[in-house]
Amino acid sequence: MRALSNNPILYWLMRNPIWGFVIVVFIFFSLSADHFFSGRNLTNIVVQTSTIGLIALGMTLVMINGNIDLSVGATLALAAAFAVDVQSWAMFATWGNWQILPAVCIALLVGILMGAINGFIVWKTGVDAFIVTLGAMLGIRGLVFVYTGESSFYAMNFAYSDFSSMTLGPFPVLAVIFVLAVLAVHWLLSRTVHGRNTYAVGGNREAAVNAGIRVGPHMMINFMLIGFLAALSGVLLSTQMGAATPNLGRDYELWVITAVVLGGTKLTGGKGDIIGTLGGVLAIGILRNGMNLMQVPAFFVYVILGSILIAVLFLDKRFNRNADGGLRL
Amino acid sequence: MTDTNTPALQLQGIVKTFPGVRALDGVDFDVRPGEVHALLGENGAGKSTLMKVLAGMYQPNEGRILIGGQPVQISNPIEAKAQGVVLIHQELSLVPEMSAAENIYLGELPRKGMGRVNWKELYARSNAILERLKCRFRAEVTVANLSIANQQMVEIARALTVDARVVVFDEPTASLTDAEKVVLFDIINDLKSQGVGIVYISHRMDEIFTLSDRITVLRDGQYRGTLTTAETDEDAVTRLMIGRSLDLSRNEAAPDFGKTMLEVRNLSCAPLFEDVSFTVREGEVVGFYGLVGAGRTEIAETLFGLRTPDSGQVFIDGQEVTIASAQDAIGLGISLVPENRKEQGLVLQMNCRDNMTLPQVHNLRAGPFLSNGAELAIFDKYRDKLEIKTPSWKQTAGVLSGGNQQKIVIGKWLSMQPRVLIVDEPTRGIDVGSKSEIHQLLRDLASQGYAVIVISSEMPEVLRVSDRIVAMYHGRVMREFEIDDVTEDSLVQAISGIKASEPA
Repeated sequence: MRALSNNPILYWLMRNPIWGFVIVVFIFFSLSADHFFSGRNLTNIVVQTSTIGLIALGMTLVMINGNIDLSVGATLALAAAFAVDVQSWAMFATWGNWQILPAVCIALLVGILMGAINGFIVWKTGVDAFIVTLGAMLGIRGLVFVYTGESSFYAMNFAYSDFSSMTLGPFPVLAVIFVLAVLAVHWLLSRTVHGRNTYAVGGNREAAVNAGIRVGPHMMINFMLIGFLAALSGVLLSTQMGAATPNLGRDYELWVITAVVLGGTKLTGGKGDIIGTLGGVLAIGILRNGMNLMQVPAFFVYVILGSILIAVLFLDKRFNRNADGGLRL
Repeated sequence: MTDTNTPALQLQGIVKTFPGVRALDGVDFDVRPGEVHALLGENGAGKSTLMKVLAGMYQPNEGRILIGGQPVQISNPIEAKAQGVVLIHQELSLVPEMSAAENIYLGELPRKGMGRVNWKELYARSNAILERLKCRFRAEVTVANLSIANQQMVEIARALTVDARVVVFDEPTASLTDAEKVVLFDIINDLKSQGVGIVYISHRMDEIFTLSDRITVLRDGQYRGTLTTAETDEDAVTRLMIGRSLDLSRNEAAPDFGKTMLEVRNLSCAPLFEDVSFTVREGEVVGFYGLVGAGRTEIAETLFGLRTPDSGQVFIDGQEVTIASAQDAIGLGISLVPENRKEQGLVLQMNCRDNMTLPQVHNLRAGPFLSNGAELAIFDKYRDKLEIKTPSWKQTAGVLSGGNQQKIVIGKWLSMQPRVLIVDEPTRGIDVGSKSEIHQLLRDLASQGYAVIVISSEMPEVLRVSDRIVAMYHGRVMREFEIDDVTEDSLVQAISGIKASEPA
């Protein structure tokens, strides 16, 4: 063990076991799936990953902060419904392609608002974020059904559904947006005072309070950020489908939490980073894509991901949590 | 330097009530620039509440706070710091996953544009402070990787980020080694010579008498008086604090040891401890003395089946045994009262009775149900035997005083009918009055025939309760002393790793 940790690359992999797994499955699918290793498929993976990936960025913030947000799937569906529906409102009928702009803005604001409500309740009532956002998950999903009347909205403006197939140079625009978001959130978390205070609040809340950090506002900002990112993800997903269905984003909270935990973020807060989360979402993306190319039934992806989740956390415990000196508990 | 006649800080007639409790009842307190003012009182006397009022974490119901003669309102810790009042917390108030520098400047990280952290300045300033404290680690290191003592240094470093007028040290030496204490005392004297007023809270009389200029005593939230250190003695302070004198003598009944109950031969669990051998007889108290990290707690954990030894033998009552789990240990009659009663010893939200019967509750059944009567019988027996002060068995363990909590843990293990009782740091964080009660209790248990092991980092405690003392250093037994042969010097030498010359 000691000899291993002298090698900087191996040491880094021990700290981030998920990236080791990403490399292994990447090599495995490159060798065994015919169309896996091509530029087109690889950008495809990034696009497919971006939906969950965007929310996972926000979830990393919220979880490092010591909270969790289960309502992201429902928020995504609500934002998507607004984005598609508002375009067809009568007041924007003469706006041409510009009618997309107010639609997207309203959708994103709805996401921020949902996050703000979650954050405000957690801040002011002190109720556990798990419970608050569990309630929000049910409540917002209900709102989606009320709003859509249980049916899907279809985008009438073709510019909207064409957006997802646009490219910037060789790169699909969805992939570019995701990469920019990754960089921005990474910068926020590692370079700004808000980011560092997010760690402090999650790592030792009492210490943060003692040091005069205003815990509530930091939590609320992070909930608003995840609301925004969930809404953005919902908008982009609806451009890909050209529609918003009331069941959009169902179970996404579970995929997102899986990805974030795979990336080494602690459920109890205080530890984690965007590099790990990126590894987590890529692991899920590559696995789904590769197994799809190999025509493995989708259900096996669940079985394998479940096993890997436990295996990665087990390895993490072996490598990184020896602080108790082998105490039998 | 400021005029020494104006107190740097004055608290006048502070009253703080919580629902049903008058935690502070008209307390006066002042610190002059360049003095060390010790604040004393039993647990629950109101010291911590007073300091929280000072740091702006609580708002007083009545009374005023004056800083440099000016009345001020302090509504949060940042404001207190801005006024030059810095509080160094008793329990480490650090974020383990962050760097030392970030912890030192927690809540006020230096910024540059766009809310970014100015890392360069942060590290430069923090390293300068750590150098002043003679710390041998860099500010970039993650706090979780530091020893407890170094973490304490990080906590202390926070006091030096501003031009402090008043620094409050709340039991700063609880986890420091003797060498580190010397550094801390140097820092305190250094601050003092710069005209900073120091408030020093501690249970350790020797420290208070070496450091302080004046001593203020609180009891039950009330101000009991202020003494000038040079004109008083420990006895007077204790009387003021607990309302009576302490009996510190050993009641010297002729020791009457029975057969060897526990024998440990060459027990090793590298790198925690190696080649440890000792025996404990019935009716005997063996004290384990050493610095934090000397491996004493780990030996206890091994004997209680929580760690697997690399080699060595353990004999109970002459029979060789293997202890692979806590269940094995309990079955063999070994009980462990752990070091940290709040985290390891008690389920704080459970009531006193349930805590006490926890290890044997599966045996206390009437048919398929728990037997209320049997549980109560056990609780009543040990409440009387140990004189636990609680209004009823329904009381939540978390609200009792430290001394009574410790007695519940001891009672819990006595009710398992142990042959060997291991007690780890029996009086940590317990006030002087209850401390001497616990000491007496341990002596009494030994005279009733239990074989007792006491692990302690406090020399007066080991000297008072033990019949024999095992001195440890870096995982090894350095020397064994009979209580009649031990001197403080030889004991200190042994635990510092200095090989003592054979007694002449």
